[in-house]
Amino acid sequence: MIAAHLPAIQVLGPLLAAALCVLVPWKRVSWGIAMAGAVTAFGAAVGLLSRVLGGEDIRYALGGWAAPWGIEYRVDAVNGLVLLIVAGIGVVVTLFALTSVEREVDERRIPLFYGAWMLCLCGLLGIAITGDAFNIFVFLEISSLGTYALIAMGSDRRALVSAFRYLIMGSIGASFIVIGIGLLYVETGTLNLADLAERLPALYGERTVLVAFAFLTVGTSLKLALFPLHVWLPDAYAFAPSAVTGLIAATSTKVAVYVLLRFFFTVFGVTYSFGELSLGMWLLPLALVAIFTMSLVAIFQRNIKRMLAYSSVAQIGYIILGISFASVTGLTAATLHLFNHALMKGALFLALGCVMYRVGSVHIDALRGLGRRMPWTMAAFTAGGLSLIGVPLTVGFVSKWYLVLGALEQGMWPVAALVLVTSTLAVVYIWRVVEAVYFGEPSARADSVSEAPLRLLVPTWALIAANLYFGIDASLTTNVAGQAARALLGGAP
Amino acid sequence: MEFLGLFNYWVVIFLMMVGFYALISRGNLVKKVVGLNLFQTSVIIFYVSTGKIVGGTAPILIGDDHGVAEGAAEVLYSNPLPHVLMLTAIVVGVATMAMALALVVRIKETYGTVEDDEIQAQVLADEQREGARP
Repeated sequence: MIAAHLPAIQVLGPLLAAALCVLVPWKRVSWGIAMAGAVTAFGAAVGLLSRVLGGEDIRYALGGWAAPWGIEYRVDAVNGLVLLIVAGIGVVVTLFALTSVEREVDERRIPLFYGAWMLCLCGLLGIAITGDAFNIFVFLEISSLGTYALIAMGSDRRALVSAFRYLIMGSIGASFIVIGIGLLYVETGTLNLADLAERLPALYGERTVLVAFAFLTVGTSLKLALFPLHVWLPDAYAFAPSAVTGLIAATSTKVAVYVLLRFFFTVFGVTYSFGELSLGMWLLPLALVAIFTMSLVAIFQRNIKRMLAYSSVAQIGYIILGISFASVTGLTAATLHLFNHALMKGALFLALGCVMYRVGSVHIDALRGLGRRMPWTMAAFTAGGLSLIGVPLTVGFVSKWYLVLGALEQGMWPVAALVLVTSTLAVVYIWRVVEAVYFGEPSARADSVSEAPLRLLVPTWALIAANLYFGIDASLTTNVAGQAARALLGGAP
Repeated sequence: MEFLGLFNYWVVIFLMMVGFYALISRGNLVKKVVGLNLFQTSVIIFYVSTGKIVGGTAPILIGDDHGVAEGAAEVLYSNPLPHVLMLTAIVVGVATMAMALALVVRIKETYGTVEDDEIQAQVLADEQREGARP
């Protein structure tokens, strides 16, 4: 009985939790409700993915209204994996939030904080699960509005400005997406993604379809921070509360990448987007420039949160690079990196959250000599950093491996070489931190701190453990990613 | 006639560009928010225009309780779906506006100004004090 309604529970769990969180005046209770919402969503995501891997194509008519009229939820290997990432990270980061948020957010606002937190999670899960184009926009705005509010709750006053700038950019992106969806509706008369995929091939020559494609591409690229449209991201990540940075860095750009994949491959079809429009030729240079310049910029940052934010833009470049190959190996690499990057950036930002909790700053000077005072936190940061670089036995290695394979398969050995060269840039910016942490002289303030409490260390190390586990035994993730890549290239979901 | 026939769409493009220009060129945060709202409104007019047919009526069944009336098949209906979608988009737009204005109020309280360049100067001062940028 319950199993049949898992797709609805996936979204409704966090949505109901959001409403309840705001109603209770006690911060611990509202956290408990948020945790219940996150766990419900995680359970639903695990259930859905296991059914998808069993060969089932899940279609769920919301409210009992059949597909062309009502909103349909569809789950295949691609969004099954995205749901698992978002819900899984949601649980871990919510666990982390309990202690971290009490330190960084004004006490009276904590129930409101968890309300926005759950709305953000609900929106992200909704985007991933829905099979209706307009519904994507609605959930996109739900998650974005939640995110703006969460970022603005940062303790630094610059958080307000970065939230405002993100709001402006994000709203432009969302409006572009609505225009694109509207043009598609005008041409085809449907909003259902599967129906769109069926009707569009007959209309490939139409200019309206081309314009719709352009609006959707630019709008989604703004949301996922593709290179020239990334300017909102570094400040938003740097000044948000630590737990919020962990949540949005690991999930929101990933969900935007999923939307891009869905439109490029399922709705428009690979023959249109990569054959007729040769999109690969546009994405490839942008991805390479993103990887190269953003890694370089990251090296010169002294605020470590901002350094990792720039590194995120570079890592999104790797994902887009995999997509630009439009081959099974390339898409497997992109999907894998989607999953793996969520794990490594989640872990790194949570480790910085531990530092923020004890030291109150994530400036590189404040981190000096912390290796002896907070050994577990700094070991976590180092392990996450190794994963980011792509050292064997971590998840970073697995996705880089597939990315290089994909490039070689296309005969693009200079691209493969660039992937390896840019990994050394990651070595440089991670090493700067490691050097300061382990070999720097502790400042007076850093000398008096002690290790972060267990309530913060457990979620951080849970993500590190996932980094190592999926790095050593990658059979599950590569299997799902491969299935997702074949589903994307196979046309209709 | 072509121009007049597409009048709605010309309005949409005009409004969109006015909004977009205000968004980019104005330094005052409130004016930016107004520009954003104009931009979103143009999208709403676009959707509503696509659903309208000349001579079309509201999509309500013509006839009594016992069945469809004589000649009901010839009645031209407007497409209600884009209009309904825009009800949702209007709600989203209002929420975005409220959020943006709330942020502007907080920014005014904290920085004492709503001018972008003055805020930017204070942000840079913050960064220099912290040594965040080399």
